[in-house]
Amino acid sequence: MSADRFKILTGNDLLTGDVTWWTGSGWSTAVNDAAPLTDDGAAIITAEERAQRVVSAYVIDATRDAQGIRPAHIKDRVRALGPTVRLDLSHRPHDPAATAWIA
Amino acid sequence: MAETLIRLRDDSASTAPVVAFADLSDTANALAVRLMPGDDARALLPLLGQLELVEVAFPGFNDGRGYSAASILRESGYTGELRAVGDVLVDQISHYHRVGFDAFAPDQPITRAAIDTAIATWPEVYQRTVDGRPAIWALRHG
Amino acid sequence: MYQYDTHDQAMVDARVAEFSDQVARRLSGALAEDQFRPLRLKNGLYLQLHAYMLRVAVPYGTLNARQMRMLGDIADKYDRGYGHFTTRQNIQYNWIKLEDAPAILADLASVGMHAIQTSGNCIRNTTADHFAGAAADEVADPRPYAELLRQWSTFHPEFDYLPRKFKVAIIGSDVDRAAMKLHDIGIQVVTNAAGEEGLRIHVGGGMGRTPMIAPVIRDWLSPLQMVSYLEACLRVYNRYGRRDNKYKARIKILVHEIGAEEYRRQVEQEFAHILTLGLEPPPAELARIKAQFADPAFDRAAPVAIDLSDPDFALWVDQNVHAHKVQGYGIVTISLKPTGGIPGDASADQIRLMADLARDFSFDELRVTHAQNIVLPHVKRTDLHAIWQRLDEAGLATPNLDLIGDIIACPGLDYCSLANARSIPLAQKISARFADVERQRDLGELKLKISGCINACGHHHAGHIGILGVDRKGVENYQLLFGGSEGADTSLGSIIGPGFSEDGIVDAIERATQVYVAQRTDGERFLDTYRRIGTAPFKDAIYG
Ligand code: HEM
Ligand code: SF4
Repeated sequence: MSADRFKILTGNDLLTGDVTWWTGSGWSTAVNDAAPLTDDGAAIITAEERAQRVVSAYVIDATRDAQGIRPAHIKDRVRALGPTVRLDLSHRPHDPAATAWIA
Repeated sequence: MAETLIRLRDDSASTAPVVAFADLSDTANALAVRLMPGDDARALLPLLGQLELVEVAFPGFNDGRGYSAASILRESGYTGELRAVGDVLVDQISHYHRVGFDAFAPDQPITRAAIDTAIATWPEVYQRTVDGRPAIWALRHG
Repeated sequence: MYQYDTHDQAMVDARVAEFSDQVARRLSGALAEDQFRPLRLKNGLYLQLHAYMLRVAVPYGTLNARQMRMLGDIADKYDRGYGHFTTRQNIQYNWIKLEDAPAILADLASVGMHAIQTSGNCIRNTTADHFAGAAADEVADPRPYAELLRQWSTFHPEFDYLPRKFKVAIIGSDVDRAAMKLHDIGIQVVTNAAGEEGLRIHVGGGMGRTPMIAPVIRDWLSPLQMVSYLEACLRVYNRYGRRDNKYKARIKILVHEIGAEEYRRQVEQEFAHILTLGLEPPPAELARIKAQFADPAFDRAAPVAIDLSDPDFALWVDQNVHAHKVQGYGIVTISLKPTGGIPGDASADQIRLMADLARDFSFDELRVTHAQNIVLPHVKRTDLHAIWQRLDEAGLATPNLDLIGDIIACPGLDYCSLANARSIPLAQKISARFADVERQRDLGELKLKISGCINACGHHHAGHIGILGVDRKGVENYQLLFGGSEGADTSLGSIIGPGFSEDGIVDAIERATQVYVAQRTDGERFLDTYRRIGTAPFKDAIYG
C-alpha cells in the first residue's frame, strides 16, 4: 500500500471556513482536485497563510481509489465529504455510497 | 509611533537595577523587582514601601498568573510603577489596566494611541477592581 | 426573566465593536492566526471540520421568545437552516463564515444575546437547573445567583487567562438536573431551619479524561458573599492551578492534588482578604435581579383536569410534562430526539415555532436543557393539547423524555475536529432500534450518553449507559460504560470490557436491557438494578 501513498495539502478558506485542497496553483473545495506534493509543503503553507488565502493548513497522506483521491485518515475523509448525517449538505448529496466511503 | 515602553504615570521611570525575585534575599534594599509567573507576589509585601518598580513578566500572553500578582500588589497598597513585560498584546491591555498595571513593555511595540483606545474598550465594567472604576452595580444603586 | 438594562446592553454592544475590529485586523493581516485564535474563541468562534462554528451563550439556559426567534433567523440567514442545542445549554451553528461573524454578534446583541466567553480558558456560561422557577420540588430559584455570576464573570480582568476553561453550574433543588457536581464549581441553593437562603459550594468536579465528582468546599455561604467567595476560589486556582500540562490544568486536578482540605484553607484565607476589598454587589443588586425572576401572573384558578381521551396525547403528557409548582400548570419538555434523528438539532422553522409557543402559552419563556431538549416552563394544562398538536405537526412531539430514545450525543466526528469517532449515527441507530415507545417506557428512565472522544462533551461518564468513541488503528470503535449518573446520586460509569463496532454496540445495549428486564425488581430503574447486581451478569450476556 505504502507505495501508492502520496501527500496532499489541505486547510480551510480564511473567509468562508470551507475545507480546501491545494491544486498545485490554488485551492479547490473538491478533494479530487488535490495535487500530489513533490516536497513537504512547508513553503506553500507559509506563503498561502501569509497571503491570507488559507488557515490551519496541513499535509496529509492519501491514496487513489476508484472514486478518486482518498485521504488516509477518516477525519480528512469526513472533511472531504461533509457530515455523514447530513448528506444533503455534503459534497455528494445524491450518492448513497458516500457514507461507505468514510469508514 | 510604536514604542517598547509606555508609561501611564507622570513620575520619571526608576533607574534602579531590576532584581530577579529569586535573588531578592541578597539585595534586601532592592528598589526594582521582576516577578516571573510562578513567583509569589505576597512575598513582596514587606518591601512595598521601598519599591519603585515591579515588573511582571508575561513570557506568553496566555499565562494569566500575572493578573493576580498585580491585583494582589495593588490591593495591598502598592503605588509604585507596575509594568507588564513580555508578550504583552494590545487586546489584553484593558484587562492589564483594570488589575493595576500602569506601564507596558511589550516585545512587539504598540502605539500609545492603541493603548488608549484599548483602555477605553469597555464604557462600563461589571466588577470592582483596583482601578477604582465604579462597577455597574454601583452605578445602579448609587 | 432578566431584562437587560442600558448598562448590560452597553457591554454587549461594546463587545460587538471590539470583535468587529479584531476581525477587520485579522482580515487586513494585522493579526496573525496565532494571535487571533484566542480572540475569536472568546467569542465562541471555532474552526471546525467543515467551517467556522459559532457557539452562542444562553445564560443559565433561559431565553425569551424574541431571542429564540432570532436564533432561528440566524440559522436561516447565516447558516444552513438549522442549529445544534448542546449539553452546555448553548446553541452551535456549524457553517459560519468569518466575515459574517460580526454581523451575527450584532443581531444577537439586538435581542440581548452574545457569544461572550463561550470558549477559551475563562469562566464560561453558567448553567442551571432547566426547571428553575417552575419545578414543584424547588427550594429556591437559582437563576438570580446565576445572573449575578454572569455579570461578575463577564470580562473579569483577572480571570481571562486561567490555566484552563472554567464551568459553573447552579441548582436550587435536591433533585439535580444540571450535573452540578460534575462542574468546576457547583452551587446548590439551600435553606436552613430559619428559612434563610444559603449556598453550598462544591469545587473540583468535571468530566473529560479525568472525571471527578466535586467535594463540598463550603457547606453554607451567605448569598451576599457569593461573589467574594468565588473570587477567592478563582484566585487560588489562577495562581496555583497547573499550567505545565493542559490535561492536568483543570481545577479538579488542583483540588485533587493538594486535597480538598488544603484547597479550602487557601480559599478561606484569600476570602478573608477579599472581604476587606468591598467587591461584593450590595443586597439591593441581588434584590433587583430577584425581582426580575418573580413569578409571572399565574392563574391560580386554572383547572387541573384535562381531556386525555386521545391516547397519543395522553402518552406525551405522561412522559414529557412535569409537575409545576402551581396547580393547573405543567412544565413541557420538547424532545429534540425524534426517532432516528440527530440529538439536539432543530431547524430554523422548528426554532421559530417553539418561540411562538413560548410567546403564546408560556409567559414568553423557554429553557435549553443540558440533555439537548427545549422546555416551555409555565404552561396551563388546558393549553397542553393545542401545544401538542402544533409540536406534533412539526415533528417535535416525540414522547421519550428520559427514556432510552432521549440520547445525549456530542457532535462527534461528523463535525468536531477533536473527535475519534462519530456519535450521531450511533445515536440514530440506537434510537431506531428502540423506536417502539411502549418498549422504551417499559425500560423506564434510562439515560444514554455518547461522546466522540475522551473530552466527554456528551457526558458519557454520567450516563446510566455511556458510550465513548475511540480510534482503533484508524477505525471507529466504541467503549461501553455502565453505572454513571449526574443526578443527586452522581456517580461515574466504568468501562465494562473490550470495545465494539457501531453495529456491535447496538446489539450489546439491547442485550444489557434484556438483563435488566429479567433481573429488575419492582420500581427499579436500569441504573438501580445495575448498582444492585453489578457488572458480571451484563458482561456475561454481552460477551458470553
Ligand atoms: C465542537 C467542538 C467542541 C470542542 C472542540 C470541544 C472541546 C472540549 C474539550 C477539549 C473538552 C475537555 C476539557 C478538559 O477535559 O479539560 C471538552 C469538555 C466538555 N465539553 Fe466540549 N467541545 C466541543 C463541543 C462541545 C459540545 C457540542 C458540547 C455540548 C454542548 C460540549 C460540552 C462539553 C462538556 C459538557 C464537557 C465536559 C465537562 C468538562 O469537563 O468541561 N462541548 N470539550
Ligand atoms: S467529546 Fe470529543 S468528539 Fe465530542 S464534541 Fe467533545 S471534543 Fe468533539
